[in-house]
Amino acid sequence: MDNLLWLIPALPLVGAMLLILIGNLLPKTYVAIIGVGSITISAIVVLLTGYSFLSSPPEGGQLTQTLWVWFEVANFKPEITLYLDSLSLVFIFVITFIGALIHIYSAGFMAEDKDYSRFFACMNLFVFSMLILVLADNLLLLYLGWEGVGLCSYLLIGFWHESHANGYAARKAFIITRIGDTAMAIGLFILFYQFGTLSINGILQSAPNLWPVGSAIATATALLLLAGGAGKSAQLPLQTWLPDAMAGPSPVSALIHAATMVTAGVYLIARMHVIFELSPAAQMTVAVIGAATLFIAGFSALTQHDIKRVLAYSTISQIGYMFLALGVGAYSAAIFHFMIHAFFKALLFLAAGAVIEALHHEHSMFRMGGLKDKLPVVFWTFLIGCASLAALPLISSGFYSKDQILWYSWAAEGGDAILWVLALSGAFITAAYTTRMMILTFWGESKTEIGHKPGKLMTIPLVVLAFFALFAGFIELPHNFGHFTLFSDLLHPVLPETRLGESETNEWIFQLVAATVTLGGISLAYYFYYKQPQRLSNLRSSGAFNRIYDFWLSGWGFDKIYDTLIVKPVVYLANINRRDIIDQIYNAITSGTTALYRLLSFTQSGSLRWYVMGLIVGAILILTIQIML
Amino acid sequence: MILVWLILILMGGGLLAFMLGQWNKSLPRWIALFTLFAGFLGLLSLWIEQYRFTNTWLVNYKTEWIPSFGITFHLAIDGLSLILLTLTFFIGILSILSSWSDIRDRVGFYHFNLLWILAGISGVFMAMDLFLFYFFWEVMLIPMYFLIGIWGSENRVYAAYKFFIFTQASGLLMLLAILGLYFIHGNNTGTFTYNYFELLGTVIPEGTANWLIAGFLIAFIVKLPLIPFHSWLPDAHSEAPTAGSLILAALLLKTGAYGIMRFALPLFPQAAINFAPWLMLLGVLGIIYGAILAYAQTDLKRLVAYTSVSHMGFVVVGIFAFSELALQGVVMQLITHAISTGALFVIAGILKERLHTRDISAMGGFWQQMPKLGVLSMVFTMASLGLPGLGNFIAELLILLGAFRSNLWITIFATAGLVFSAIYSLRIMQKVFFGPKAGSAPISDLNWRELSILTSLTIVIIWLGVYPQPVIHTAKPMVKYIENIFSGDASAVKNNKLLYQMKTAEQPNKKETYVSK
Repeated sequence: MDNLLWLIPALPLVGAMLLILIGNLLPKTYVAIIGVGSITISAIVVLLTGYSFLSSPPEGGQLTQTLWVWFEVANFKPEITLYLDSLSLVFIFVITFIGALIHIYSAGFMAEDKDYSRFFACMNLFVFSMLILVLADNLLLLYLGWEGVGLCSYLLIGFWHESHANGYAARKAFIITRIGDTAMAIGLFILFYQFGTLSINGILQSAPNLWPVGSAIATATALLLLAGGAGKSAQLPLQTWLPDAMAGPSPVSALIHAATMVTAGVYLIARMHVIFELSPAAQMTVAVIGAATLFIAGFSALTQHDIKRVLAYSTISQIGYMFLALGVGAYSAAIFHFMIHAFFKALLFLAAGAVIEALHHEHSMFRMGGLKDKLPVVFWTFLIGCASLAALPLISSGFYSKDQILWYSWAAEGGDAILWVLALSGAFITAAYTTRMMILTFWGESKTEIGHKPGKLMTIPLVVLAFFALFAGFIELPHNFGHFTLFSDLLHPVLPETRLGESETNEWIFQLVAATVTLGGISLAYYFYYKQPQRLSNLRSSGAFNRIYDFWLSGWGFDKIYDTLIVKPVVYLANINRRDIIDQIYNAITSGTTALYRLLSFTQSGSLRWYVMGLIVGAILILTIQIML
Repeated sequence: MILVWLILILMGGGLLAFMLGQWNKSLPRWIALFTLFAGFLGLLSLWIEQYRFTNTWLVNYKTEWIPSFGITFHLAIDGLSLILLTLTFFIGILSILSSWSDIRDRVGFYHFNLLWILAGISGVFMAMDLFLFYFFWEVMLIPMYFLIGIWGSENRVYAAYKFFIFTQASGLLMLLAILGLYFIHGNNTGTFTYNYFELLGTVIPEGTANWLIAGFLIAFIVKLPLIPFHSWLPDAHSEAPTAGSLILAALLLKTGAYGIMRFALPLFPQAAINFAPWLMLLGVLGIIYGAILAYAQTDLKRLVAYTSVSHMGFVVVGIFAFSELALQGVVMQLITHAISTGALFVIAGILKERLHTRDISAMGGFWQQMPKLGVLSMVFTMASLGLPGLGNFIAELLILLGAFRSNLWITIFATAGLVFSAIYSLRIMQKVFFGPKAGSAPISDLNWRELSILTSLTIVIIWLGVYPQPVIHTAKPMVKYIENIFSGDASAVKNNKLLYQMKTAEQPNKKETYVSK
């Protein structure tokens, strides 16, 4: 099967190319067949490859396939080489499998859109880039995928391009992530000059020999890579683009801004973990950024009106958990949470999309309500997604993946009580905002009449994803009950096992606390949004409460700070210099010369009296000077 | 002889077009197209034939011109020249096609000017005699002056004057430097010659060398252009007709970079090292300053013109890093910038032909009506912001990678330029193709002629992005040669001279020598 590896990214690329070239000429059915078909076949190839990879593991647990030498200058020879190990296997499985489901859903969701083929072209191109990102054998090829997903994200956020706001959101996403990418590029330059190669395995093997633990260069490189990851994964301080990115169609949010692209940073750090382990400072930074992000984004999610913005902040917050796990050295826990999160967050976005479409593009949860009986399939699947997001104890997969991270954030070697407290409060807020979203959307009285209900193309993917959101967690059970470690065993050859700290900790207590906190969060939202909504309105009449509420609603004022400190000054400077000050200097020289010649030509008046006058004055002057001297 | 033919057919074709243009308006177009096609095919076959060899000098032609002053008619090409010549003819073909229906006035004279500019440019890329080089340098200037001044838009006379004065004044300084070098070499050795290969390795006192290289550099960096000498460019680009902007951006600017690599560095290596940090600094300032100016423009052609200032900053940073990686990046950047910026000027021309304005505030929402142009524009704006998979990425990556070791901070700021390029590039797409539809008049999408221009450019930019090895391979001997000069290998200059003499001596009877055989 190993020689089929190239097919996995090639199929979506072919789909995208076909749709770009002839998509406009084809009827919608054919467009859907090409767009959905390419990803589905790719997913099947992934399953086949994965099967043969697991049943007869290749030597060294890795497959490589070199397609061609990209270019060769001096000693720099990046190749177009695909590389498969268990880490990339998990990622390509999530990308193609969830990708295929989202494509199927899109065939129904976008059915009325006039730019049907452009949509699928971009989606296919995205899947291609994302697959290249995780299959790349060297960092330059990874960077190609990395920028490619950024382009597709830009194209799809601004998909409905008639509105200025969508275009603004798209550019914001591209530019903010590009700031991170540029830092990452500098990181790649350092790696190249230190190791003479950009091959990932080459770097990872020689790094521990070349760089002592804690060396400045390791820290600098790790932080630059982290900046790239933070940009793509919407972590502090580059998180502001993701809530606005919800301007794109819901399947886009599900695929790009929940399941795959935004977790590229998680992949990068997990992939380059050796570099991060050489710098405890950088690793600590990862954990702190993760913890701070999950905390801040959680509060913002609690206050949003737009259902998709709740999910966006929730995504930022959940990726914060993954960063936290990476930072404390719990790599497989991070990847596990990535996979579970991909299932339930894609599900939530798709279900939210179905709700929004049924309600004539209504986004505000305060104008939803009462959909429990009208959209039963959406309701039940959304409920399962919410249970998983809130990490409902024992029965949801989210519990198993998040519980691990909570425990490690204290107990792992890099863990810390403060990190644990932040993560725990995050879990409390998560449960609260999830319940709030559920109640506002599906319970209460109906505020908007529903239009047409989602068809089979849309509901089937929901049901499949709900199945995984419920049961996928059982492939990795905690140490103290079950101790079933299928997932971490799979990743073990690539990612080191999590080292626990020295102090003895009792996992049971942590689980009990986490479960209690989750249930507490649920009860809180239940109380304020279902039992006693009046209490909340009373609270909202107080000024201080409102100020905090608005502060959280605006995402902790980050947009405003960036706008005032960076965007406005740069735009102002650019605009006052529109005519180019350097050019004005040249123009000044020209006009100076012109003025001088005008002045001289003024003396050539043709009037004899003036000339005689000039002669006399001149003569007097000369005589005076002679006499004076 | 092929080298002489390249110039002769261009000049002859120009004269023919001029004369026949009196009778028939469409004949000059066909003549020009045919001429350029013939040259292009000739160059392609030469490239394919020479590809497996790794020699520095590929073709050589030398004959006496004015022996009493030591002036020879000496043309020779190496890989770098071959690449740039092929580019010249390729862009030439597209420039004829881009103004196919646009120009109705004095068609014969127009194509005469166009072909003579191309002849001048080709000559610049081949001349190995400094006097001849200066001659061709001037040949490109005057027809371009006419092209802008006659067929330009509203402010054309101002732009043409500005262009002429900037390039002419700086060119005269180069002439002074050439004469200085001529006399120093003559006094040292007793042979007064303008021959490049003879002049290589001339012993010059360091103070004098600094002055001489300054004379060369001023001509080259005005052409490039490097801030603060860039201000002729936005006016010339925006006022010139589409074909003029295309040739200016894609070819004329490249003669500056070529001149630095061919003449300034090998003739005055030590002086080049003295100037390098300052020029790199100006380069990086140009990257950022050009990008910020580009962002503020409302005139589409002016916007693209300022992006050229930004992109050419990378070229200067790359050249003066003196490393193989960076120099290969420079060669790539010369080509990819020609393709991507050339394409953006073609796009601006296409829009202007339909809307009769270059003001982007009067544009918007054109994707609905012009999806083909939208997709192709997206490709070139992405190229211009350095998206991997397209040629510009390889160019900028190699330059930055190569410059990283020689100057850390300059490289970091140059890399930051990538953020700015994203900002102005996306602004183009937003203002022209996205947003609510501007105006109510229906606009037609691309016709076959326009589609074929932009498609061929797209194919090249993607090819250079996924498999740039042919260009890298061909430029390698020249790049290696420059790197050797500056890697402390003092014998490199002399070696190249010897290498050249040996290769030409093998076939003394033939005026034309395929050096590789």
